[in-house]
Amino acid sequence: MSEAITFRFDVDGTDFTSAGQASVQVKKNLRQLGISPEVIRRVSIAMYEGEINMVIHAGGGEAEVTVTESSIKIVLADHGPGIADVALAMQEGYSTAPANVRSLGFGAGMGLPNMKRYTDEMKVESEVGKGTTVTMIVNIPRGT
Amino acid sequence: MKISTIAELLDAQVLCNEQDLDKHVYSACGSDMMSDVLAYVKDQAVLLTGLVNTQVIRTAQMMDMVCIVFVRSKKPTPEMTELARENGLVILTTDKRMYEACGKLYANGLRGNVTKDE
Repeated sequence: MSEAITFRFDVDGTDFTSAGQASVQVKKNLRQLGISPEVIRRVSIAMYEGEINMVIHAGGGEAEVTVTESSIKIVLADHGPGIADVALAMQEGYSTAPANVRSLGFGAGMGLPNMKRYTDEMKVESEVGKGTTVTMIVNIPRGT
Repeated sequence: MKISTIAELLDAQVLCNEQDLDKHVYSACGSDMMSDVLAYVKDQAVLLTGLVNTQVIRTAQMMDMVCIVFVRSKKPTPEMTELARENGLVILTTDKRMYEACGKLYANGLRGNVTKDE
C-alpha cells in the first residue's frame, strides 16, 4: 500500500441501537486490506468506544480513518457540549453519562481510558459549547 | 473448552450457529458492562451477560469473541440473533444466574483473561 487510504463516516447520534456501525465497517475494510488481526482489534475497539461516546454525549459526529503502511489514524469529531476537564474525563471510572446509559451497558467511565489503552497515541481537543475532536493513532508493526 | 461443553454444563439452549459448537473458547468474561468487557477480554472468549441489546453483539464482534451466553433466561431479540448469525457468533441462553453460570465454567477449568497460547 503506497498511498494513504481514507474512510469517512457520519455517526448518527439519535439511535443507540445503530451505534458502532462505522467501527464494524472499518473492521471489515481493514480485514480486506490484510491488516493483522491484533491491529484491527485495537483499532476497532478504540473507535467503537469513541463512537459510543459520540452517540451518548454529543448527538453524533464524523469519523475519519486513514490507513498508511505504518499506521492507522482515527479522527472522531463531534459538535457536542465539549469536555470541561479532559484530565478528569480520562480517569477510569469517571463518567457524566446519565443512568439510562448505564442500563445499556456503557457509561462506566471506561470509554476514554479504553481508547488510550488500545492506541499508541491519543489526543483529545475539546472546547466547552463547541465540541470535541479525538485523534488516535495505532502503529502497524513492521512485517505484520 | 468446547462450546458444546459450555452448553451442556449450563443446560443451555442454542439459538444460532449450532454448526460451530465444536469451536474452542480459551477464556470467559461475565459482565453486564460492555466497557469492562472491552477493557479486559482476550481473544476466542465467551461472554456471559444478562444485558440484552444490540451492543452486546457488537461488543463481542469487536473483541473477536466466538460465543455469548445470556444468563437468567434472557433471550436476544430476533434482530440480535440475526446479527450474531451473520457474524459467526454462537448464542446460548440458560436459566442459570450469572454467579452460578460463571462458577460452573470456572470449576470445570475455563479461566478468565487468558489467550489461546497461554
